[in-house]
Amino acid sequence: MKYEPVIGLEVHVELNTKTKMFCACPADYFDKEPNTQTCPVCLGLPGALPYINQEAIEKCIKIGKALNCDIADQSLFERKNYFYPDLAKGYQISQYRWPLCVNGSIKVTDKDGEKLTIGINRAHQEEDTGKLSHLNGETFIDFNRSGVPLVEIVTEPDFTDTEQIRDYAKKLQWIVESLGVSEANMERGDMRLEANVSMRPVNQRELPNYRVEMKNINSFRFMVAAVEYEIKRQTKALEAGEELHQETRGWYEDEKVTYLQRSKEEANDYRYFPEPDLPSLAVDRNLVERLKEEARMAHPETKIEYLVNIRNLTPVSAATIIRQGALSYFEQVVEPLEEKGFPAAGTASIIINKRIDRINTSPEDFIAQVVRQKSQAIDDRGELEKIVQEVIAENKKSVADYKGGKENTIQALIGAVMKKTSGRSDAKVVKSILEEKLK
Amino acid sequence: MNDPTSLSLTQTIDGLAKKSFSESDLNKAYGDRIKKLNPGLNAFLEVKENSKGIPAGIKDLIAVKDMQMTCGSKILEGYTAPYNATVINKLIDNNVSFIGKTNLDEFAMGSSGENSAYGSAKNPWDKNKVPGGSSSGSAAAVAADLCTFALGTDTGGSIRQPASLCGVVGLKPSYGRVSRYGAQAMASSLDQIGPLTKTVADARKVLEWISGPDAYDSNCVKSYFKSTKRLKDLKGITIGIPKLKNQKGSDAGLDIGVLGVMEKAYQKLKELGAEIREIDLPHTEYALAVYYIVMSSEVSSNLARYDGIRFGSTREKFGDEPKRRIMLGTFALSTGYFDDYFIKAAKVRTLVKQDFEKAFEKCDVIVGPVSPTVAWNLGEKISDPLTMYLSDVYTIPASLAGIPGLSVPCGFANDLPVGLQILGKYLDEDTILSVGELYENATDWHKQKPRLQAPERSNGGQAKL
Amino acid sequence: MKNKKPEVVGAFDTKHIAKLANLILSDQEVDTFTLQLVSILNYIEHLNKADTNSVDATYNVSPNKNETRKDTASVCLTQDEALQNSTNTKNGQFVTKGVFKSE
Repeated sequence: MKYEPVIGLEVHVELNTKTKMFCACPADYFDKEPNTQTCPVCLGLPGALPYINQEAIEKCIKIGKALNCDIADQSLFERKNYFYPDLAKGYQISQYRWPLCVNGSIKVTDKDGEKLTIGINRAHQEEDTGKLSHLNGETFIDFNRSGVPLVEIVTEPDFTDTEQIRDYAKKLQWIVESLGVSEANMERGDMRLEANVSMRPVNQRELPNYRVEMKNINSFRFMVAAVEYEIKRQTKALEAGEELHQETRGWYEDEKVTYLQRSKEEANDYRYFPEPDLPSLAVDRNLVERLKEEARMAHPETKIEYLVNIRNLTPVSAATIIRQGALSYFEQVVEPLEEKGFPAAGTASIIINKRIDRINTSPEDFIAQVVRQKSQAIDDRGELEKIVQEVIAENKKSVADYKGGKENTIQALIGAVMKKTSGRSDAKVVKSILEEKLK
Repeated sequence: MNDPTSLSLTQTIDGLAKKSFSESDLNKAYGDRIKKLNPGLNAFLEVKENSKGIPAGIKDLIAVKDMQMTCGSKILEGYTAPYNATVINKLIDNNVSFIGKTNLDEFAMGSSGENSAYGSAKNPWDKNKVPGGSSSGSAAAVAADLCTFALGTDTGGSIRQPASLCGVVGLKPSYGRVSRYGAQAMASSLDQIGPLTKTVADARKVLEWISGPDAYDSNCVKSYFKSTKRLKDLKGITIGIPKLKNQKGSDAGLDIGVLGVMEKAYQKLKELGAEIREIDLPHTEYALAVYYIVMSSEVSSNLARYDGIRFGSTREKFGDEPKRRIMLGTFALSTGYFDDYFIKAAKVRTLVKQDFEKAFEKCDVIVGPVSPTVAWNLGEKISDPLTMYLSDVYTIPASLAGIPGLSVPCGFANDLPVGLQILGKYLDEDTILSVGELYENATDWHKQKPRLQAPERSNGGQAKL
Repeated sequence: MKNKKPEVVGAFDTKHIAKLANLILSDQEVDTFTLQLVSILNYIEHLNKADTNSVDATYNVSPNKNETRKDTASVCLTQDEALQNSTNTKNGQFVTKGVFKSE
């Protein structure tokens, strides 16, 4: 019997609002003295009450819209009840039956380059816990992080391999960063990933009757390793005729194995019930429309389309410019350089490859540098022709487009040559060589 | 004026304005009285004399910065509040000072005062009797003139019932009328902070001070409480009286003596011009069950913050009643039982709320007893929780519906005070206060004070019962 | 209510509920509470008779909806104030006995 993986992902995104989810303490807790950014609310003192941060709601809706979700007409917060030292109130204010965003989707690419649509079950709002550290059998707690807004994004169990997971994480991080709703720094903990893994017989349509939750795995690399290990472990167990159950497992990096953290019997009964301290949310449809449009404008795909169609960059260059956060810088230098004979694609290459210090190099300085470098251009036509040949071989699609009539694609090819020559060739010369070779 | 402690809040404000006495005189007089009488009444858990302001007693689960906040429990022994509740800031703005934190049933759980981990407060009318709960200390303090007025909290009757048993005025505002920020939550969807006072006019004044929108409580209504009614009599007012299951007084253990006092009170209301109409609240028979499920579910969650890490001791320091209610609530919310208990109760709550809405189409206020009995002996009901719960049967329905309720002294049975409950439409404290005020002015119950060994009073001592 | 209801003393899983509620009960307490709670639950049974087919649940009696606040920072407690009621703190942090199993 052959088995296939059935994987769902839960990602927690920490929002970059100024204040916390339910109180007005500053939300930027990084590198602050412990317990200096708390109040009765986020410290869970007797008598404290929550009050919803409007900005957090809007950021959650933007994330939902960027993932093509519907925004609920009526949304309620609920209490998730469990005990843990980092959970000040003994419950987390979260969402359960009435999440803010539902039924979205996102496309990811798998190891064969095939595109796959991943269903987004929900994106909902909740609050973060305090931070624990351990030493000598004691646990220390800092509540500066307690109450910071989180958006939890839950996919349908549509993943089947770890390449898709990698792509999803990359895309999600990118979207969230582009929307400006989070710094999305996985090392810092702004974005945390959890996977649910199970296996089912290849021809079965129904979901398996169990799933293994992979939790508290603090690096993306380890999470991927853990998922791959789980796929093998579960397959082996099922092939041996074992019955698998609901479990929570962690990852031992040294031994490179997953281990049992909590069995089904020990699973928490969260006793969700509607948060009585908070009235319901009935988000105004005009607001949703506005946020939808803002999300669309900020979405990396929108920006990529712009760079490819208007600035004639390759999709790869376009994506890199955006991921590096260099879009506005690029926009400031691209036209002046075009006027001086430097194509946009080349400009993009230089920004990307030369790792220009955009903070300390003003756009004017950058333009001057580029012009200066041209004087160190490659003159040897033979060398240039060799490079052009390489570029033609490596960019079959762009060549086909050009030959098929999309003349502007030559810009992309020029850019590729510029990249290979570190910008030291004359664009006009390169263009003429290309035109000759592509006749 | 030699002793301002017998004065109402309104009279006190007046006396200060006229300079009949100073704030310092006022506070010293109350301070002396507390020193003499509190040991025998245990109304105050902490006393802090000020020289300024109008002295008020605050139930010890409302945060007053730098004062203790035990919530009547050992688990919070030694806890000092690092912030003020919203109502405290509002009182400070109105020249009120806090002469002490009053005793209460532990975490507001109780109807007698006996669940306090610091010993029960005593009823000033008879120290062998319970003062009622959970705002036991606040009611006793006001009845014994140990402060000008007090604040309590009411979740299922905890202001109205002790007020009734101690012969003082108690007001539970509409849910959302007063900010709950700073009061340890019992049942978040039911709790309200409210005044216990010597007269109805005093209750109105305190409500004006403490109510209003609040940036810290999302359930607080946006509108302000306005006093507009100035009734000369009750002509034009229709009073609804819910039909009792058995007029002979066996309805929920309603005492014959109390029933007799109630009937005289209804008569007085008629004399004042009110039209009396019988109304039906068919789902009140379920109200107690609904309350105990909803309240304990919310309690089980609200008390989860007591883990001994950021404050307080560990959880075994909870008394029996909190433990019981936490268990009951945890059960009602747990997987497999949630739909049958919590959701079912929440649905029946809708029916109770609708009963009142329908009734108020036919009347302006609803009246009835606050408590089925007068104050009972200390120790009498403490061994069976369910018996204790049944004493809240008249006050609970209004809490579930969120409507306001006033308890006004209306007589005595077996020499112990009886309270008249006046319920109003949601956010209509104005009408219930007006009806209460008229009734109070037409009777003299509020002028009677318990006989207590006290500093001599120049106005000749206590009324005979 | 369905057959899951605890009709008999002992069928009410007091120990399980206590664990969920993070309460450590003595054997004596388990026995006493079980009796008392079952008696209360038996009283609550009559809620079944109420016909709730045509009503929604009421979770909140305040008329408010969409109560939110602006994203503007306010003054926090000082570190001393935050720690003032704890019996075990070190270097500005709260201290508790070690937990290694994560939530």
